[in-house]
Amino acid sequence: MIQRIKTFVVRHGSLLLTLAVFLLVYFIGGRLYPTMRKPQVFFNLFINDSSLLLVSIGMTMVILSGGGGIDLSVGGVIALVSTASAALLRSGVSPYLVLPLMILLGVALGSLMGWIIQYLKVQPFIATLMGLFFTRGMAYIISLTSVTITNELYKTFALTPIYIPFIPKAYIYPTTLVGPIMLLVAIYLSFFTRFGRTIYAMGNNEQSALLMGLPVARTKVMVYAFSGLCSALAGIVFSMSLLAGYGQFATGMELDAIASVVIGGTSLSGGVGNVLGTLLGVLIHGTIVSILQFNGTLSSWWTRIGVGVLTLIAIGIQSLFSIRTKRS
Amino acid sequence: MKKTALLKKIRDSQLFWPLVAWVLILIFNAIVEPGFFRLGIIEDPVYGKHLYGNLIDIFNNGAPLMLVAIGMTLVIATGGVDLSVGAVIAISAAMGAVLINPALGNQLITNDILTRNATNTPLPLIILADLAAGTLCGLWNGLLVSRARIQPMVATLILMVAGRGIAQLITNGQIMTIYYTPYFWFGNGYILGLPVSIYIVAVVLLLAWLLVRKTAIGLFIESVGINAKSTFYSGINEKNVKLLAYAFCGFCGAIAGLILSSYVHSADGNNNGLNYELDAILAVVMGGTLMTGGRFSMLASVIGAVVIWTFTVTVYSLGVPANALLAAKAVLVLLVILLYSDYSRRLMNRLFERRGSQHDTAH
Amino acid sequence: MNDAIDVVKMLGITKYFPGVIALEDVDFVLRKGEIHALVGENGAGKSTLIKVLTGVEQPDKGTIELDNKIVQVHSPQHSQELGISTVYQEVNLCTNISVAENIMLGREPRRFGSIRWQRMNELAQKAINRLSIDVDVTQPLGNYSVAIQQMVAITRALEVLSAKVLILDEPTSSLDIHETNLLFDVMRKLRNEGLGIIFITHFLDQVYQIADRITVLRNGKLVGTYEASSLPRVELVAKMLGRSLTELDAMSKVKSPEAEKKDRLPVVEAKGLGLARSLEPVDLELYAHEVLGIAGLLGSGRTEMARLIFGIDAPDNGSLLVEGKKVNKFSPLESLKRGIALCPEDRKAEGVVGDLTVRENIILALQARYGWFKFLSPQKQSEIADRYIQLLGIATPSPEQLVKNLSGGNQQKVILARWLATNPTVLILDEPTRGIDVGAKTEIQKLVMQLAEEGKSCVFISSELEEVMRVSDRVAVLRDRKKVAEYAGDVDEKTLIQAMAGEA
Repeated sequence: MIQRIKTFVVRHGSLLLTLAVFLLVYFIGGRLYPTMRKPQVFFNLFINDSSLLLVSIGMTMVILSGGGGIDLSVGGVIALVSTASAALLRSGVSPYLVLPLMILLGVALGSLMGWIIQYLKVQPFIATLMGLFFTRGMAYIISLTSVTITNELYKTFALTPIYIPFIPKAYIYPTTLVGPIMLLVAIYLSFFTRFGRTIYAMGNNEQSALLMGLPVARTKVMVYAFSGLCSALAGIVFSMSLLAGYGQFATGMELDAIASVVIGGTSLSGGVGNVLGTLLGVLIHGTIVSILQFNGTLSSWWTRIGVGVLTLIAIGIQSLFSIRTKRS
Repeated sequence: MKKTALLKKIRDSQLFWPLVAWVLILIFNAIVEPGFFRLGIIEDPVYGKHLYGNLIDIFNNGAPLMLVAIGMTLVIATGGVDLSVGAVIAISAAMGAVLINPALGNQLITNDILTRNATNTPLPLIILADLAAGTLCGLWNGLLVSRARIQPMVATLILMVAGRGIAQLITNGQIMTIYYTPYFWFGNGYILGLPVSIYIVAVVLLLAWLLVRKTAIGLFIESVGINAKSTFYSGINEKNVKLLAYAFCGFCGAIAGLILSSYVHSADGNNNGLNYELDAILAVVMGGTLMTGGRFSMLASVIGAVVIWTFTVTVYSLGVPANALLAAKAVLVLLVILLYSDYSRRLMNRLFERRGSQHDTAH
Repeated sequence: MNDAIDVVKMLGITKYFPGVIALEDVDFVLRKGEIHALVGENGAGKSTLIKVLTGVEQPDKGTIELDNKIVQVHSPQHSQELGISTVYQEVNLCTNISVAENIMLGREPRRFGSIRWQRMNELAQKAINRLSIDVDVTQPLGNYSVAIQQMVAITRALEVLSAKVLILDEPTSSLDIHETNLLFDVMRKLRNEGLGIIFITHFLDQVYQIADRITVLRNGKLVGTYEASSLPRVELVAKMLGRSLTELDAMSKVKSPEAEKKDRLPVVEAKGLGLARSLEPVDLELYAHEVLGIAGLLGSGRTEMARLIFGIDAPDNGSLLVEGKKVNKFSPLESLKRGIALCPEDRKAEGVVGDLTVRENIILALQARYGWFKFLSPQKQSEIADRYIQLLGIATPSPEQLVKNLSGGNQQKVILARWLATNPTVLILDEPTRGIDVGAKTEIQKLVMQLAEEGKSCVFISSELEEVMRVSDRVAVLRDRKKVAEYAGDVDEKTLIQAMAGEA
C-alpha cells in the first residue's frame, strides 16, 4: 500500500508540488484578507483568467513538442480576433458567421507559423515573433481605437450569470466555461491520442520519434495550429468579456502564458509536463493578482516580480530534477 | 585579377547584405520621396546649431537599438540569446530617474520638489549607478547560463518577466518625469551638429571593438559559438567567456536606457524599451550573425539596427498610418526569414560558386 | 550444419565516398538462427556495411538478398518493413513515455482514434515477457537502466516490426557485466527461436562468449568469415590488424632504447588512476626523452586514459602526479598550464573549430594559455601559423582558409600544430595519423621521435601496431578498459598482439 502511494507521489511529484504551491498561496491570501475566503473569489480566478488559461493550454502543447517550441503570437492573435470580430459585427455580419470565421483564422495562422517552422527551418522564436507583429499590426490597421461590441449574442454570453449549485452567491459566465472545456480537450489529446503521444515523444527526442516512424513533421505543424485555435478562442472570450475589440488587448500575455506553463511544471526543453500543471500555474498567477488587488496599495507590478520569482524557482526545481535523472 | 579578389572580399564581408538592404531602402526613398533626405540646419536655443532631418532622426532615435544590438551580438555569437534587454533598459531608466529625484517616503511632495531642475545625486554617479545596474543584470543572466547551465532563452526569460517589476519597484510604480536639464543632453544634445547619441554609439562600438578584436576575447567568443567542446578542450574557459558576453549585453542595455530616458525625459517601467529584445535579435540576424553562434560583426548588427529604423521612418514618411507600422515590420521579419533561411543560403552559394571558384572537398 | 538457411546474403558490395573506398567487393551472409559478430578496427567498413543493409546508403555495386530474393533497400523505413531492425548504441527511444508506449507507439491499439491503454499495456507486457525479463511496462522508460532500455528497443523491433534480422550496434558499450549477461541471455533465446542477429562490437571477449560466426573487415575489404569455435583469439586480432600469424614472427621489433634510463623521475605518474565505467585503475609513468606507445584495440580504454591524464575527465579512483605534485584540479586549461597537451581522437567534434581559419585554429591553445588580454599580435600569429604549416606540410591555399574546407588529413595536422605550438612537456597523441596519407604519416612519426629526443615526453596512441612499434621506446597494452602489459626494450609484434588478444 505504502509502495503504491510512494510510486504515485514520485510519478506525479511535480504536479503535486505545484498544487501545494497553489494551495499555499491561496491559503496565505485567505489569511491576510478575510474577504478572499468567499467562494466567489475562487470562481473569479476562472472568470478573470479565462483567456490566459486558453492561451496557456495552447502554449503548453507547443512547448511540450520541444525543439525550442514557443508561440509568441498569442497576444497578437487575441488582439486581431477581437478587433476583427468587433469590426465585422459592427458592419452587421452575423455572430454565427463571425465565430467560426475567427476560429478558422486562428487555425490558419497557427498552421502557417508551424509550416514556416517545420519546412523553412526557422526558429520558432523568430517565426512566432513575426506572427505577433503581423497579427497585432493587422489589428491596428483594422482599428487604432477600441471598437465596442453591441451584439446581443455576445452580450448574452458575457453577462448571463450561471449560478453554481450548492454554493450560494457563486456564479460564472458562459465564456468562463470555454477554458475548462478546452482543458478537457487538451487532456484527451495529450493522453489518449497518437497526436498527443507524438508530441511528448518529439519533445523528449525528435530524432528518436522520427526513427520510431512517428509523423513528426505533420505533428509539429498541427501543434501550432492547435495553439492558434486556443488563441482564437481566447480572443473570442476576451472580446465577449469586454464587449470590445482593441489592438492593445493582451499585450504581454505571451509572457504570462509562458510563466504559467513553466510554473505548472512543464519544461521549456519539451517532453515533460502537462496541461493540468498549466491550469495550476494560471490559478497561481490569478491568486497572486487577487492578493494584490485585495491589498489595494501594492501596484500590479509586484505581480511581475512575483511571477518572475516563481518562474525562477520552478526552473530551478526542474533543473534539479533533470540533473538527478541524468545521474541515475 | 585584383578587382575580382576585392569584390569577393566585399561580398564575403558580413557587412555586405545589411548594407545592401539599407541601400535598397534608401534607393526606394530616393525614387518615391526624395524629400526624405532633406537635411537642414537649425538654431536651437539650448543646444546650439545642429543638423536635423530624417537621416538624423534615424540615428538619434535608433541609437538605443544600435547599442542593444552591439551587446546582443556578443551573446548570440556565443550561441545564446538575451530576452531581458528591454527590461534592463527599463531598470536603467528607472535608476536614473530615481537618483535624480527620489520623491519618496513621507516627505510632503509639492510641485516645486517634483519639477525642480536639480539632482539629488551628481550626474557622474548616476551614470555609474546605471551602468552598474545593467551590468549586474547581465552578470545575473550570465551566471544562470554559464554556471547553472540553464538554457539562455529560459534564463533570460526570468529577468524579462521580473525586470519590469523591478523597474516599477524602483520608481514606486509611477512614471517619473525628469526635469534635470543636464540629463537631457545624452538623448537630445548635439556635438558639432550631430546628435550626442551617435557619438555614444561610436564610442561604445570602438570600445567593444577594442575589447573583442584587440584581445583574445573575440576569438574565444567565436570559437565557443562554433564548437564549445573543442574550445574547452583547447584550454579556454568557455564559462567565463559566456559570462562576459552577457555582462556586456547588460552594460549596453544600461547605456541604451540612459539615452532613451534622457530623450523622453522620463522613466516608464512599463513601456521603456518595450519589444527592444525582439528588434535587437532581428538586427543581429540581419547583420548576418547566425543564431547558432560563431563569427560575428557588431558593426553589421548596428547596420541591421539602422535598417530597421530606416524602414520605420520610411514607412512613416510615406504617410502610411502609424497603425500599419507593426504589420509592415512583420513583412520585414518575413523577408529576413526568407533571405537568411537555409534555402536561400544554399541558393546563394550555388549561384556564387558557379562563377568558377574552386573549393576543397572536406569530409 | 548444412541445414543452415541464409536469411541475408550481401554479395560483392562496393561503396564509394568522395576520395575514399568505404567497401570493396564485400560478401556477408547471415543465417537464420545465428549470432554473427562483425568486427574490424577503425575504417574497416562495419558501419558502412550496416548502412547499406539498412537502406541509409545505397551500394554502388553488389546485391542484397533477403530470404533468397533480391531486394533494394530504399530507406531505413523500408528496411524495417522488410524485417531488418537495428538497435543502436544510443537507444533511439523516448525516455519520458512509458515502456509500453515505446514498444507500441505507431501501432498502438485504438478505438475511434482514442488509445486503448489497457490493451496496449497488455500487449506490451506480453511482448516483453517474451524476452523473459521483469519490467513494468507502465513505468516511464527513463526509470530503467540503459540495458533494459535496449531490451525495450529490441522488443519494439520484434513486436512492431516483426523483425527477421536484428542488428545490434555496439550494444554492450554502456553495460556492466550483469547487464551484458542479461542481454546475452535474451540474444540466445531469440537466436534459438530462429532470429538472425548481427552483433557489432569491439569487445573480443564478448565475441567469443556469444557469437556463432565472426566476419572480419579491414580497410573496406572482407578478410574472412569464420566459425567462432575454430578461430583462436590471437589469429582474430592478427586478422583485424592485417597480419597473418606466420608473418608475425618475422616482424620488426620495438626500437631499443640507447641506454637504460634508470633513476629518472617520471614527468607524469598515474597511480591507480581510474574512472567507473571508463577505465579500471591504471599505473603508468611518463618520462622525458621518450615515446610511450599505447597499443590496444578500439574500446580498450586508450582514449579514456588519455582524457584522464589531460584532465577532461576527473578520476574517481587513484591519483595523478605531474612533476611530483599531485593534481587536484582536472581541466584542460590546468593541464595546458602544466605543460600537458592532448591531440584528441575525434578531431571533428573535439578538435577542429571549423569556421575559424587555419591560423586561428593553430594559435588557439597557445592563446588560451596566455589568457584574454595578452593577445598574440597578427605578426606573431602569422609567424607561428606559417612555421607549422611548413613544418607539418599542411596543404592549404592560405592560413586564412577556413579549416572546415581542408581535407581530413590536413585538419588533423592543424590540430597537431595547435598543440605543438604550446611547446608542451608532455604530448599525448590519440590516433594522430588516422586519415593521413602515407608520406605525411611518416613525417609525423619522425616528428614525434624528434620531439622525444629534444626532451619531451610523448604518448603515442594508435591502432596500427606497426607505427606504435616504430616510434615507441616503451609500449603499454590496454585491453577491455585495463592495462594488461607493459614492455620496454625488445618486444615483437606477436607478443603485443597476444597481449591485446588476451592470450599468453
